[in-house]
Amino acid sequence: MSDVWITIAGLVIATAVIKAAGPVLLAGRELPRGAYAVISLLAPALLTALIVTDTFAREQELSVDARAAGLACAGVAVALRAPLVVIVLVAAVGAAAVRAVT
Amino acid sequence: MTEPGRMARYRPGLRAGVGFGAAAFVVGISFGVVAEPVMGKVAPIVMSALLFAGASQFGAVAVLAAGGDAATAIATGAMLNARFLPMGVAAASAFHGSRLRRALESQAIVDASWALASRGDGEFDREVMLGATVPQYPAWLAGTVIGVLFGDTLGDPQTLGLDAIFPAFFLGLLAAELRRPRAVATVALAAVIALGLTPLLPPGLPVLVASSAALIGLWRR
Repeated sequence: MSDVWITIAGLVIATAVIKAAGPVLLAGRELPRGAYAVISLLAPALLTALIVTDTFAREQELSVDARAAGLACAGVAVALRAPLVVIVLVAAVGAAAVRAVT
Repeated sequence: MTEPGRMARYRPGLRAGVGFGAAAFVVGISFGVVAEPVMGKVAPIVMSALLFAGASQFGAVAVLAAGGDAATAIATGAMLNARFLPMGVAAASAFHGSRLRRALESQAIVDASWALASRGDGEFDREVMLGATVPQYPAWLAGTVIGVLFGDTLGDPQTLGLDAIFPAFFLGLLAAELRRPRAVATVALAAVIALGLTPLLPPGLPVLVASSAALIGLWRR
């Protein structure tokens, strides 16, 4: 099996287990507060890491290019409380515009 | 025969779900477009059909696209879905019936439906959650299929700025997370770790290590 299919199979199983764990196992019981705090911060930590690497990394090198312009445009859209769809489109247009003129 | 009173309880969720579905459709298209060059035509569609979790799908494909291996992609995607654990715990009392039934219904937990189902007093409305997810699933899948099939006809992904879609999508999701206590400190630390390790580690691993920034949650003032 290729990496792609292993990734899909692994993620499907992991996600199903994650979603079902609370409703199946803990009817009424609670997790320790520290566990909640860490789990709820996993998403912002990973999203940030994905943002900076997808924007500034080329393989193992750091670079500032059209993707950074796209992200800046997305940032403006976020600040204006645009819906996710608009944020994504604005970023693509921004990056494409920078590539068109450079 | 369907009892009208019972169906009516799903209606508010279904109605809101149509709006979420429209968004899921368009984001699904962008997922299909960016995933196709990395995974081929069939895999992105299977992934959307079986996984139905945008952030982890984008995250795993981003890791694979950068040259990361399957283990790293799975770990990244699974941690992006880790939020479903506390969400499921919070909503646990809304699910009834056998373990199998609760396990199946819990798969309807997605961000928008979960948020909508919260009554604000710690209780969750099962019918609203299930109803809101129903329109989102076919929309996400149909969007992915269209993105995969017609992404090619759009032309060069770089010229169109499609590589900027990944970070923009993640930024949009991150904006909703910033209200959590200590989220800003976590974001700053994760950014420093991910950028600092990029020249040192193979692609994908800096992202994984940066998840340790979440341990800030253990720190007490």
